[in-house]
Amino acid sequence: MRTILFILQKEFIQIRRNRMMLPVIFVIPLIQLLILVNAANMEMKHIRICIVDNDLSSSSRLITGKFSNSKFFTVQGHTFSMEEAQRQIENGRADMVLHIPEGFERNMIRENKAKAQLLFNAINGTVAGISNAYAAQIIAGANREIIMEWYGNSETQAGAAAINIIPSFWYNPDMNYKIFMVPAILVLLVTLIGMMLATLNIVREKEMGNIEQINVTPIRKIHFITGKLLPFWIIALVMLAFGLLIGKLIYNIPMLGSLPLLFVVAGIYLLAMLGFGLMISNSAATQQQAMFVMFFFILIFIMMSGIFTPTDSMPNWAQTINYLNPVSYFMRIIRMILLKGSGFMDILKDFTILLCYGITVITLAVFCYRKVS
Amino acid sequence: MKHFLGFVKKEFHHIFRDRRTLIILFGIPVAQMLLFGYIITTEVKDARIAILDHSKDETTRKIIDKLASSGYFIIAKYLSHEQEIADCFRQGTVKEVVVFEPDFARKLQNEKMASVHLIADASDANSANLVVNYTGAVINDFIAKENKSSAMPLQIITEPRMLYNPELKGVYMFVPGTMAMILVLICALLTSVSIVREKELGTMEVLLVSPLNPLQIVLGKVTPYIFLSFVNVITILLLSNFVFGLPVRGSITLLLAESFLFISLALSLGILISSSTSSQQMAMVASMLGLMLPSILLSGFIFPIDNMPGWIQWICYINPTTYFIVILKNIMLKGLGFMSVWKETAILAGITMFLLVVSTKKFKVRLD
Repeated sequence: MRTILFILQKEFIQIRRNRMMLPVIFVIPLIQLLILVNAANMEMKHIRICIVDNDLSSSSRLITGKFSNSKFFTVQGHTFSMEEAQRQIENGRADMVLHIPEGFERNMIRENKAKAQLLFNAINGTVAGISNAYAAQIIAGANREIIMEWYGNSETQAGAAAINIIPSFWYNPDMNYKIFMVPAILVLLVTLIGMMLATLNIVREKEMGNIEQINVTPIRKIHFITGKLLPFWIIALVMLAFGLLIGKLIYNIPMLGSLPLLFVVAGIYLLAMLGFGLMISNSAATQQQAMFVMFFFILIFIMMSGIFTPTDSMPNWAQTINYLNPVSYFMRIIRMILLKGSGFMDILKDFTILLCYGITVITLAVFCYRKVS
Repeated sequence: MKHFLGFVKKEFHHIFRDRRTLIILFGIPVAQMLLFGYIITTEVKDARIAILDHSKDETTRKIIDKLASSGYFIIAKYLSHEQEIADCFRQGTVKEVVVFEPDFARKLQNEKMASVHLIADASDANSANLVVNYTGAVINDFIAKENKSSAMPLQIITEPRMLYNPELKGVYMFVPGTMAMILVLICALLTSVSIVREKELGTMEVLLVSPLNPLQIVLGKVTPYIFLSFVNVITILLLSNFVFGLPVRGSITLLLAESFLFISLALSLGILISSSTSSQQMAMVASMLGLMLPSILLSGFIFPIDNMPGWIQWICYINPTTYFIVILKNIMLKGLGFMSVWKETAILAGITMFLLVVSTKKFKVRLD
């Protein structure tokens, strides 16, 4: 026990004496937390539309009027030439074009049907698909109005049935994307910092040549790993607490579930991640190597964790790989505890897996460390 | 010049003798590109939903079948009580519950209007929004088809045309972003340790007493990495073309030239970090922590810049990755020429020059 305390003391002194490190690991994440949270918005508003109305009839005006009144669309401009409209899409000034050809109203009356054309910049397929759905809905609404105008108000004659879709958003009725992003980005930052410090630690001593001095001491392997792990574990947990406080004060994130439970899970999760970092550190020859290996894993962990893109839509093989991704478990748990008030029983399965993960990683880290070079 | 070439040669030796780093260096972009190309997508696919059908008639069954066969959803559960909804969400097993009101088919038939209630777990607002939108689209499509069969007068037929990406593939959006992100991170990480490493290992003194001036040292450090990164650019472009089927509709020469400009920028950024820090650890922490999340979030890679609040948009516009993604999309997918990207190119060139000048100025010729 006393040996561990000495190692801890040494590590903390080292961290404290590094004047630049402490501000960096606290200030950069703080700034990022404040900024990045605002960026992660997928809500579809302000789809920029360019209108080409070559008909200029009352029906076409009704349709274009509906688009200007919709909260989903922002009318970017009107023009009479399709080339001009297409150029707007090309240079990124408009996301879509609505083209109502000449003779639109006439065709509708004479032939009972008329065509309107919609052009989308479909590079972002999801946005294009949803814009199309919104536009179709608006045009269908306008269509119903036109029919009613011609045939009078009796609904039976209009004949078109409609399904009234009522969405409701639980846990977050204002659709505030920030309360979801604060915990998620916080987890990323805490993970990045904790793991980075752990990864660079042992290999740094190796590269500087100090490792020999430790190897000749009577410190046991388990003590050494614990001593290396604990300081970063504490720093990461403190950061988590600090970040949650900021999230509460500035973004007013809800904290429905039990905070002690959250910190217990966080402790286990961090043990797994930091242990993973120490393993990388053990096997690398230079800091640069260690960094690259860590970069490789952490970026994969982050991208697959389901924070920016839903995990459901990943292919099956990727979802299977994802069972090995500790970040995805913790990402899910922190959201469930904070935002939905899930209790221990709700997260039992993920919790158990995370615990096994942590124990395995730490055992491996101790096992992989060799005092003999 | 001779001194300079000698120095560049020395740097090449440094890199090539470190086999492990070299393997990592070329392996990482390939592995990440392959993985991310497949997994990063905002499409809704196989989202797990539950059904609470108070009506249980033919129409609701048709709609449920339609939802199940759309490919967007997996119907994970059939509920029988309102109370079960909260349990489902708390355990996180489903993302949305579709509730049909009683007498659905009859109301649709007689009153021409029936209600569907879509309850989404909005603790993840973004994906809740998408799932609700998709469900709505499927239901609207269903009713539109039903109406069509009952011959309506005065129909407006909309013809949507999807430009550049008619099949609405997710890779068109995310492969350019992935390319930009991987390049900027790898390049910056690579060079950020290069100068500081010499400081830390004590070999800086030798460089400083050599007849090379600061600019030559900085350029000499960058040159070998430009070659390595360019090899990476080519592998990534080949992957995106042959594996993910991304077309290169514009000029390949222009595309390569722009990529060259972008890697020079990222490398200069690394050099700047390297010359302003005192240890490898610091340099790496700064480049990783400072660059990773912003290049994912503040570049239009996943989240559209137009949606962000005004002041965040300004930050996006000082992020070079933003411009490179625009350039990639314009050249590869839209097939536009240099005239469409000259502004972005000029900005990238300007930032590169700025970074090089600042890092040369910051480069101290004396040891502390």
